[in-house]
Amino acid sequence: MHYQDLVLQPLKQLLADYPWLEDFFGSFGLQLQATEQTLQQYLDRLDPDHLLDLGISQEQLQQSLHDFMAGMLALDEAAEKVESLTIIGGFDKTGSAEQLELTLKPGEVICIVGPTGSGKSRLLADIEWVAQGDTPTKRKILINGGVPDNKWRFSTEHKLVAQLSQNMNFVMDLTAEEFVRMHAESRLVPDPEEKVARILEQANQLAGEQFKPDTPVTSLSGGQSRALMIADMAILSKSPIVLIDEIENAGIDRKKALELLVKQEKIILMATHDPILALMGDKRLVIKNGGIAKIIASSDAERKNLSRLEELDNTLLALRNRIRFGETLEEL
Amino acid sequence: MHFLTVSGPPSSGKTSVILRVIEALQAKQKKIGVVKYDCLMTEDDLSYAKKGVLVKKGLSGSQCPDHYFVSNIEACVSWGVENDCDFLISESAGLCNRCSPHIKDITAVCVIDNLSGINTPRKIGPMLKSADIVVITKGDIVSQAEREVFASRVKQVNPGAVIMNINGITGQGAFELTSLFEEASDIETLKGMRLRFSMPSALCSYCLGETRIGDEYQTGNVRKMES
Repeated sequence: MHYQDLVLQPLKQLLADYPWLEDFFGSFGLQLQATEQTLQQYLDRLDPDHLLDLGISQEQLQQSLHDFMAGMLALDEAAEKVESLTIIGGFDKTGSAEQLELTLKPGEVICIVGPTGSGKSRLLADIEWVAQGDTPTKRKILINGGVPDNKWRFSTEHKLVAQLSQNMNFVMDLTAEEFVRMHAESRLVPDPEEKVARILEQANQLAGEQFKPDTPVTSLSGGQSRALMIADMAILSKSPIVLIDEIENAGIDRKKALELLVKQEKIILMATHDPILALMGDKRLVIKNGGIAKIIASSDAERKNLSRLEELDNTLLALRNRIRFGETLEEL
Repeated sequence: MHFLTVSGPPSSGKTSVILRVIEALQAKQKKIGVVKYDCLMTEDDLSYAKKGVLVKKGLSGSQCPDHYFVSNIEACVSWGVENDCDFLISESAGLCNRCSPHIKDITAVCVIDNLSGINTPRKIGPMLKSADIVVITKGDIVSQAEREVFASRVKQVNPGAVIMNINGITGQGAFELTSLFEEASDIETLKGMRLRFSMPSALCSYCLGETRIGDEYQTGNVRKMES
């Protein structure tokens, strides 16, 4: 529905069809009542002095309403499907050409390795910005083989990239359930309650230690927070590309976590130095001096070693649990 | 000369964000001027000077900071033009949430941080709600989901703005923000321009230095709470 048609509808009808309108007006300190008057009549009858106290003008309120509606209606549109992401090489810090063209497909896991300061973050930022030779590296990013629409850069509804940063602190004063619900509502997903329940259940499957829906997010452990964020991203995020900045090896089943994201047909780029995660990836991009210096495909020999690494990891995990439950480690 | 007004709550990261943008602009050989508005004192002018940009500092002292801003900004723009700046950036804090330095047809930036609480976007008036670009900082301290929730709360009160997450420490996103600065309003003078929104009014006995409490000392534009 267009804005012009929408404002001519009675409020009663509008609030039933678009419940988010109430919250939109609430955020400006205004209250909508489900009456027979139209939205336009309601807007026209607003007292200019009252609006002045609220710090908004009639004109700006209508403009914001118009923009907000456009954004909310866009959330319902199916996002353009991303079938491939292509990185066309630029230059490293010494000015040498990267000379590469790398195409990534949904379901692939690409690891990014290299020392601190080598340019891993710049590569992730180039992808997020869908660089077109206009960043310091001069890289170009293509979507489905072509130059993508500029909307990817600024859209909050259709973000190309969701980023899982190393830092998983929470500052909001909400329970896990309230927090996930607020996130689901902000994304206007259908059937938010079902999504919230699924996210909490998934998160508990990933986390080493269980948590309850009414646990405040600020008291979640590091592993529980990571589990909650990965489940949340897998189930709520529409972004076709996921950037992960290391999944720390504590309190979370990293293999299951990665599988959960792969199942959602996302392209996963992960900065990591963890051997298990690195071998679970299909390829490793080696970053040196600001440029992609080498691409290593995980070999069969490496894959064979993966099971040995997992054994080592499980052994260590078992020891960790013994410590947690007050046992001693005199015998290993 | 490109001119932008940058504002935001105290400690939201305005200076850090501007410094990161300055670095990106300087890499392109641009001449930059900054006007820093504050109330009692600031040392941010030294941080700017260290970057080698032209700095002007204005302390409002006993005056309302935003009234002080609007009384001086025209001269500051002339100062930037006389000094052949390619960019002039004014930085001022919104102290009462109802004030806003934003000017019609001048690119307006509001800086707000992820740690300020989910209800903060609603509490800030025209400074946030009428900005063209909203920069959200301190995203590295919170999770992706929290960043998204906070950004959606900002979008609710200013759906027309470009909303960007910038890390003021590492500069992540600053390059991208700079590309928006390069498209900012290009002017020679502020003559004849207007503020986007009126500033809160007063003009009562306390504006003139009254300190005593009591009805008998209150004259002029006084408003009482509803009982």
